[in-house]
Amino acid sequence: MEERHRRVNVDNVPPRLGEFIIESLIKVAGFSSIGFVVLIFLFLLREGIPVFFEVEPANLFSTRWYPTFGLFGTLPLISGSVLVTLSAIIIALPLGVATAVFVREVAPNWVREILKPLIEVLAGIPSVVLGFFGMTLLAPLVRKALGMPTGLTAFTGALVLAYMALPTIISVAEDALDAVPKSYRDAGLAVGATQWQTIWRVVVPAARSGIVTAVMLGMGRAIGETMAVMMVTGNAARMPLTIDSLFRPVRTMTATIAAEMGEVAAGSVHYHALFGIGIILFLLTFTINLTAAATIFKKRRRGGLR
Amino acid sequence: MTYRRTGTKHYTLTRKFSRLVLLLSLSLTLLAACRPQRDHQGYTDAEVIENKGSDTLVNLALAWAEKYMEENPQVRISVTGGGSGTGIAAMINGTVDIANASRAMKQEEIEAARANGITPVEFTVARDAIAIVVHPSNPVERLTLQQISDIYTGKIVNWAQVGGEDRPIVLLSRESNSGTYLYFLEHVIRLGDPESDLLFSPETLLMPSSEGISAEIRQNPNAIGYDGLGYVTPDQKLVAVARDPYSPYVLPSIETVNDGSYPISRPLYMYTAGEPQGEIKRYIEWILSEGQAIVPELGFVPLK
Repeated sequence: MEERHRRVNVDNVPPRLGEFIIESLIKVAGFSSIGFVVLIFLFLLREGIPVFFEVEPANLFSTRWYPTFGLFGTLPLISGSVLVTLSAIIIALPLGVATAVFVREVAPNWVREILKPLIEVLAGIPSVVLGFFGMTLLAPLVRKALGMPTGLTAFTGALVLAYMALPTIISVAEDALDAVPKSYRDAGLAVGATQWQTIWRVVVPAARSGIVTAVMLGMGRAIGETMAVMMVTGNAARMPLTIDSLFRPVRTMTATIAAEMGEVAAGSVHYHALFGIGIILFLLTFTINLTAAATIFKKRRRGGLR
Repeated sequence: MTYRRTGTKHYTLTRKFSRLVLLLSLSLTLLAACRPQRDHQGYTDAEVIENKGSDTLVNLALAWAEKYMEENPQVRISVTGGGSGTGIAAMINGTVDIANASRAMKQEEIEAARANGITPVEFTVARDAIAIVVHPSNPVERLTLQQISDIYTGKIVNWAQVGGEDRPIVLLSRESNSGTYLYFLEHVIRLGDPESDLLFSPETLLMPSSEGISAEIRQNPNAIGYDGLGYVTPDQKLVAVARDPYSPYVLPSIETVNDGSYPISRPLYMYTAGEPQGEIKRYIEWILSEGQAIVPELGFVPLK
């Protein structure tokens, strides 16, 4: 008893206090990050919900976005965001998966050592730099190559976004390929399949759910991107209904919020409408992330192919 | 027994500690709450004037602030952009002393100010002419206001219809609630008719910045744009504008804006919360007199 007491007193009490401090700091940090997300969401709701009462649904879901004149049709903005994001993913998916396969399965070790950090660097390029690049170099190229009236189009935006989503897609897809057990490859090669057949028929399908997650995360990155999109898509709030719409200007939800928030009178209908768009955007990204999370969850339950 | 006592000691320690944390965070909050006031009153050697608003005006406001601080080192003026609406909102909330605006205050903003017990006072501090710009290779030299209106509403879609080459017209505009956009809509597209409900064509490209407009104008021979005269770079071509087909076509310049012959020009404003006092009053008086000398250097038009 006496010995135990001494041990407690000398060794355990000071560390316990230190531990307690550190533990509570970590707890506060952890809970506050959750708290901030909840607070942000509540703020978004508080500022955005009024628009659904102030503007009739027929106006809110019409095709004309002239917020300074009481026309709050969000359809061109939603469809603009969807068009640009989907096109970006269609461009980025094959490129990203092919790069991941190359880096993980084909490239010799030293090439992989060079490529992987380079891909990480790609993720670190500020979007405004990419936007400027797209505006001054890519847009004239697109205009001349396609013979369209202007190079500031949904397609240009999709190209820039694809480039921005690539690092995410490559890293996550590469992790997924990495988690495919070596025995799968060995089995493929052992039954006489070529390396290509093994990769394409065995390894990639085995990593499918991880690749789906990669695409979802890339999409989440793309739909929320603002600066680059605002600089290269031309921001014309037109409905992308015709076939050539991909090669015409569009206006996305993010660009609308970013461009108009600065000049809007706080508390006005327009202000609420911008936060309303924020809610719609939040719901979209939330759905995408939820789908990605569900894929991961399903995959884990099935027994651990990442 | 002894063991339990240590336990209690530990408990009181943590209690003390958490009280300390609480006290610390409370005092920090209080400190933070005090800060803005201190900034205004704590300086004995320098008076601080906060100036915020219109991006059109921001360069001019900066130039004024720098010159004034050179002449009056006891005053410190901080200038930020962000847009007319942002500046006016900040003035209503009492976080800035002077709001810059490229448009007059809206009725709802004036009401919001009144609700806050503030009567905004308006000063016209300079004039801005809006220039119509095209690609340097575009042969079109001149347009009437009616033609510009038809181009921007989508009635005229090809340069051949206004004497140019057979090319589609690409419309460029500033963002939809910049002061420049509203002014252009009311005075050019609607030709100053308050009954008119004409709007920009949905095909109009809304550019987030002046740089966005000039970059597209420089590289796209199809494009037409408008922007403040102060922001037009030499590699864009200015178009001469006439009020109607029988009036002379006039290129925008400081002279033609001041003598009233150039048809698209507008006043720029500064707003204060109530009649300005003390250093703010002296600053605004300086802007309206000596300050006008540097206005032309920034491409704006000084008051006569």
